[in-house]
Amino acid sequence: MDRSLEHPGAPTGLPSASRARVRNVSVVRAERLVNLVLCLLSTRQYLPAESIRKIVPGYSDAPNDDAFFRMFERDKTELRELGIPLEIGRNWSFDKVDGYRIARRDYELGDIELEPDEAAAVALAVRLWDSPELTGAAHGALLKLRAAGVDVDQGVPAVVEPKVRTTEPAFGPLLAAVQSGQAVGFDYRRPSPAELRGRTLEPWGVVSWRGRWYVVGHDRDRDAPRCFRLSRIVGDVRLLGRPGAVQRPDNVDLLKFVASTSPADSHDTSTVRLWLAKHKAAGLRRRATVVEEQELDGEPGDVVELPVLHTDSAASWIAGYGPDAVVLEPDVLRKAVHERLLAVAEVT
Amino acid sequence: MNASQERLPRLLALVPYLIARPGVAVDEAAADFGVSAKQLRKDLELLWMCGLPGYGPGDLIDLSFEGDTISVNFDAGMSRPLRLTGSEATALLVALRTLLDAPGVADADAIRRAVAKIEAAAGQAEPAPVAVGLGVREGATTARAREVVQSALRSQRALRMTYYTASKDEITERTVDPMRMLIVEGRAYLEAWCRRAEGVRLFRMDRIDDVTVLDEPAAPPPYAEQTDTTAGIFHPTPDQPVAQLVLSPDARWVSEYYPVEEVAELPEDRLRVWMRYADLSWMLRLLLGLGGDVVVEAPESLVSALRERALGALARYR
Repeated sequence: MDRSLEHPGAPTGLPSASRARVRNVSVVRAERLVNLVLCLLSTRQYLPAESIRKIVPGYSDAPNDDAFFRMFERDKTELRELGIPLEIGRNWSFDKVDGYRIARRDYELGDIELEPDEAAAVALAVRLWDSPELTGAAHGALLKLRAAGVDVDQGVPAVVEPKVRTTEPAFGPLLAAVQSGQAVGFDYRRPSPAELRGRTLEPWGVVSWRGRWYVVGHDRDRDAPRCFRLSRIVGDVRLLGRPGAVQRPDNVDLLKFVASTSPADSHDTSTVRLWLAKHKAAGLRRRATVVEEQELDGEPGDVVELPVLHTDSAASWIAGYGPDAVVLEPDVLRKAVHERLLAVAEVT
Repeated sequence: MNASQERLPRLLALVPYLIARPGVAVDEAAADFGVSAKQLRKDLELLWMCGLPGYGPGDLIDLSFEGDTISVNFDAGMSRPLRLTGSEATALLVALRTLLDAPGVADADAIRRAVAKIEAAAGQAEPAPVAVGLGVREGATTARAREVVQSALRSQRALRMTYYTASKDEITERTVDPMRMLIVEGRAYLEAWCRRAEGVRLFRMDRIDDVTVLDEPAAPPPYAEQTDTTAGIFHPTPDQPVAQLVLSPDARWVSEYYPVEEVAELPEDRLRVWMRYADLSWMLRLLLGLGGDVVVEAPESLVSALRERALGALARYR
């Protein structure tokens, strides 16, 4: 099958003598798989394995039946993993074995044309993921869109470029479990009250909310929907039961479920009075209004008013500035900061 | 993943790609497929050995080369790309919808049209197994700053801004050449060439206190490179000191919120962590704010600095 003889337009730079003999195993395999796809796309009849063995170049290399069927099984698996819709059936009721074909309408991507601004959106979307699983899949989609004639220029600058990362080791196994509809088990560490225990979950989806990943599903132990933060999963995710066993309810909004279980944004602020050392505590000053200049213990400074959300978080924020920020009122905040400072002095 | 699992999708896409772009240059095709020109030629060489049963001259894929360009004379029935897999459709469609969630997204209409067309071509997918909410919180001041920054990005002009550096707790005036706006882990950043620091910096949008667009064009030097965000925003460096801390259960969040080098579980649900810090004043603020929920074990210089700050502050509460 050396085509250079009859092909004057052969790709340049090819060795002239029979290439087939020196090509390595992976090239032979890739060539066999392409030929298999072309063969099954071109047939309307179901082709039994034995016919494929005779027709498609490469299978004749198999020294015996066993080797051939192993080879063929492996090839079928690979085609299915790529999403190639391999049909199995018989042409006539009296056929003794199943045959194979690929229906063109199921194989081919539908017609698609994108306007330049739509293609720019696609280019930006492909850059969203920093994730081994999702980056690969997005690039796979891009490859096919390009092959369908869509021009996607990845160098187009964007006015805003979101990035979503997956670093948690549990992400890949959980996404795979959701996709295969399989239940999972894992050890989960809850921070407060602190607890490490095993969980069994029927996963419905993985959700990124504010840069953190969660898995949402039906918690079998609690018999209720729950979400778990991926960074708190300890050790391996174990697959339980058979694929397809998990049914996701129709009416569940994964994102809403996670967003509603995380703390709500509060907008109720109260105003507190602080003394700040002169030219210090810039982080507090940029949010504060100076009321008057005032010395404290002989040190120059300002009395300021500062809007705060929660006493607890405000106390941590202000205590961080040590001697440069002193709460004047309210008393409850003054005590909270004082307690923090006392505690630090005690443990150091 | 073996070699053919990476290669086969490309091989199946290559012929339709070439049909859609008669006479495309080898280099351009190679760039679109993310491979070298050499690899692309190998792929073409392989495809040229493939075809329909019979495998005679008229059955095999026929490509013609003119100079550095390629055309398809016979496609052996491989004229369209393979449809998207469920994972591919999910990765692309979820990413597109996520763009809509970004503050100040300019082309929401184009994104929606792209989603509709891809859904139509790929077939209506199952409910996506992945959902993303950027959830960027933006106060009124930050929204205004972001609008100014985005207008500078569109018109490619330099910016003058007042910026709060949290690590050093200082406010500085800077002139910067904007490069792009990023959203990472729920936060918006301006990536720009900072003329003061003479380097590329990421500025948190909610720490820009004041910003104006300048008349002069944005001119980051040609060697200004975009920041690699794959490993997050804060990159500890080996020259930074390491704090050894023991966190009580109430302070365990620190190990999730800040990058830590190492974590060890201790009895009573406490956690020992090793954490690098760029600036001593920043670490002291964190530790003072945590009150007694953290114990510093090392370095000794951090322990004494912390004690000094705490005692100094306590003197003011007498």
